[in-house]
Amino acid sequence: MPSLTDVMTADADLTRAPGIRTIAALGAAPENAFAEWLCRMGDNCLILGHRISEWCGHAPVLEEDIALANTALDLIGQTRLWLDLAGEVEGKGRSADTLAYLRDAAQFRNVLLVERPNGDFGHTLMRQFLFDAWHIEMLRALQSSADPRVAGIAAKAAKEVAYHLERSADLVIRLGDGTEESRARMQTALDRLWPYTGELFMGDAVDQAMAEAGIAPDPASLRAAWDSTVAEVMATATLVRPGGTFQHRGGKQGRHTEALGYILADMQFLQRAYPGAVW
Amino acid sequence: MSSEWPLWEVFIRGQHGLHHRHVGSLHAPDAEMAICNARDVYTRRNEGVSIWVVKSSDITASSPSEKGPLFEPSNAKVYRHPTFFEIPSEVGHM
Amino acid sequence: MYAQMVKAEGAKAREEMSEQERAFQDRIDRGEKIEPKDWMPEGYRKTLIRQIGQHAHSEIVGQLPEGNWITRAPTLERKAILLAKVQDEAGHGLYLYSAAETLGVSRDELLAALHGGRMKYSSIFNYPTLTWADIGMVGWLVDGAAIMNQVQLQKTSYGPYSRAMIRICKEESFHQRQGYDILMKMCLQGTPEQKAMAQDAMNRFWYPALMMFGPPDRDSVHSAQSMQWKIKINTNDELRQKFVDQTVPQAEYLGLTIPDPKLKWNDAKGGYDFSEPDWTEFFEVIAGNGPCNTERMEARITAWEDGAWFRKGLMAHARKRDARRAAARLAAE
Repeated sequence: MPSLTDVMTADADLTRAPGIRTIAALGAAPENAFAEWLCRMGDNCLILGHRISEWCGHAPVLEEDIALANTALDLIGQTRLWLDLAGEVEGKGRSADTLAYLRDAAQFRNVLLVERPNGDFGHTLMRQFLFDAWHIEMLRALQSSADPRVAGIAAKAAKEVAYHLERSADLVIRLGDGTEESRARMQTALDRLWPYTGELFMGDAVDQAMAEAGIAPDPASLRAAWDSTVAEVMATATLVRPGGTFQHRGGKQGRHTEALGYILADMQFLQRAYPGAVW
Repeated sequence: MSSEWPLWEVFIRGQHGLHHRHVGSLHAPDAEMAICNARDVYTRRNEGVSIWVVKSSDITASSPSEKGPLFEPSNAKVYRHPTFFEIPSEVGHM
Repeated sequence: MYAQMVKAEGAKAREEMSEQERAFQDRIDRGEKIEPKDWMPEGYRKTLIRQIGQHAHSEIVGQLPEGNWITRAPTLERKAILLAKVQDEAGHGLYLYSAAETLGVSRDELLAALHGGRMKYSSIFNYPTLTWADIGMVGWLVDGAAIMNQVQLQKTSYGPYSRAMIRICKEESFHQRQGYDILMKMCLQGTPEQKAMAQDAMNRFWYPALMMFGPPDRDSVHSAQSMQWKIKINTNDELRQKFVDQTVPQAEYLGLTIPDPKLKWNDAKGGYDFSEPDWTEFFEVIAGNGPCNTERMEARITAWEDGAWFRKGLMAHARKRDARRAAARLAAE
């Protein structure tokens, strides 16, 4: 049982945080850390793509319905690239589909932010913006990865994500600086989602191993650019950056919110109900 | 005041350097969003490299009753069409 | 079809027509396209608004039964394909609303009529999608039937409608194939359970698919006028026959049984004889008593009402931006 102060410390060093595996626990093999890290990239895309695909047919206006589906399609495409590579690096013959459909929640490595429920359309767009602003910095950095496969996927994905960010930032600005109601809704969304953004920048042993191998940047190094994008957009949107410092964490290590179980129950239903069937 | 988004006409220039071509219309609150929406709606299959949008209400169209006066004179100017001129085959392609 | 039982207005014999109406009919008979600013009889305009509007509504309500399965698609590839397909339906709804808007009605007005129950959408989307095989069946049978109708509508007399149809047909070519592909996988490579799932879907969707073409010609009171105006090219029964003839060999290839003991090749007519669907059921579904009418309308209305703040917010921002730009210009002068 961790002490109360330990749990309550906002920026506790995650490598010392309770329940977080060290590189030794990963079997010390760098390829395990690499596969783990690739799952993080893929799972972020998979779960966020799943979430926004829930809007298809239900968006406030046809144009947005179509636009959001494009983003979802991009993310599902990126999922396949990252998870296929994760399976290849892992070397146990698992494909992107096996990883997506046959792991249980505790094996998922996405950040908690992307599994948060959609809420209203503004909430969905705010979550998208906060993620996109991180995603683009991550992909930019990955284009100079020591692993050419990673650099290749990042180059392709970065083009798509640059557009995602352009759209989500634009809509956050417009809705923030829209009517009183739209501003209030966007502020609420920001306040609720804010405690899920810190995890994007918290490193652990896996991240450390990736940074040392030159495969991926130290997550903390992306913070400054993200902060400045977010500050600029929020200022133009007339929204106020929340003051609290508490941040949730755990998704990257497999400790999720209740929401993920429901997502997987939906997503994996057919594969679980008909084991071994081809579709 | 109505909150219905205005209607925009969308013109797209494809890969092959042809003129912008009218492809359809859509709704958007302003021109910038109309461009974004046009990208998402009308280039889902890689159809274009350049997009124009114009508010439908800003388009002045010829009236069908003037179709005669407007277009028949050019029907008479057959010399505007290359097939009007006979070129001897000896001179090759022109 | 996507436009079932569209009430056509103002049927007139040639001798009853005014000079203007006769000239209009002559243009149609010559195969000319009617364009938005051309003179047209009020009945033509109203009938078209109903038909295109109903067609557009069908596209967006049609997103719902398939959309059901996007989050449950069994592989990442299937998920992407289905999402792209349902997204296309939204696009097709958008093209069709745009075509209707050239007739002097706005999209919001058409949606208000749908939400208020004053306009209809195709009966087929009031049936549930219960299994993944239903997604295959909707692609193969429902899109198959829709494409059959839409191909002929590319030649419809109203320019914007015809152009929308051409674009839609081009984009839809993959829809029916993806449905058939799902069923091939299940029927030809799948387990007995999957095959049974496909047969069950066939049993449930066959007659509702036949109903898509609308009531038999003998009861189709509005067809004559619509055909005279070329906003309908083939009769309901012609299209239904064509659909059955096309579908039977495809079902045989999958090893699925069409749930009709009377289905039999008729040499004399060069087509299949088949049983008619239960038209009482059809009229009940149209009247709002199908298995999913309530859910479909609820989903559409909720999406619209929950999105009101979003649409208003963006409009308000656009007005602010305009005002700021105008002020900046003024200051610069």
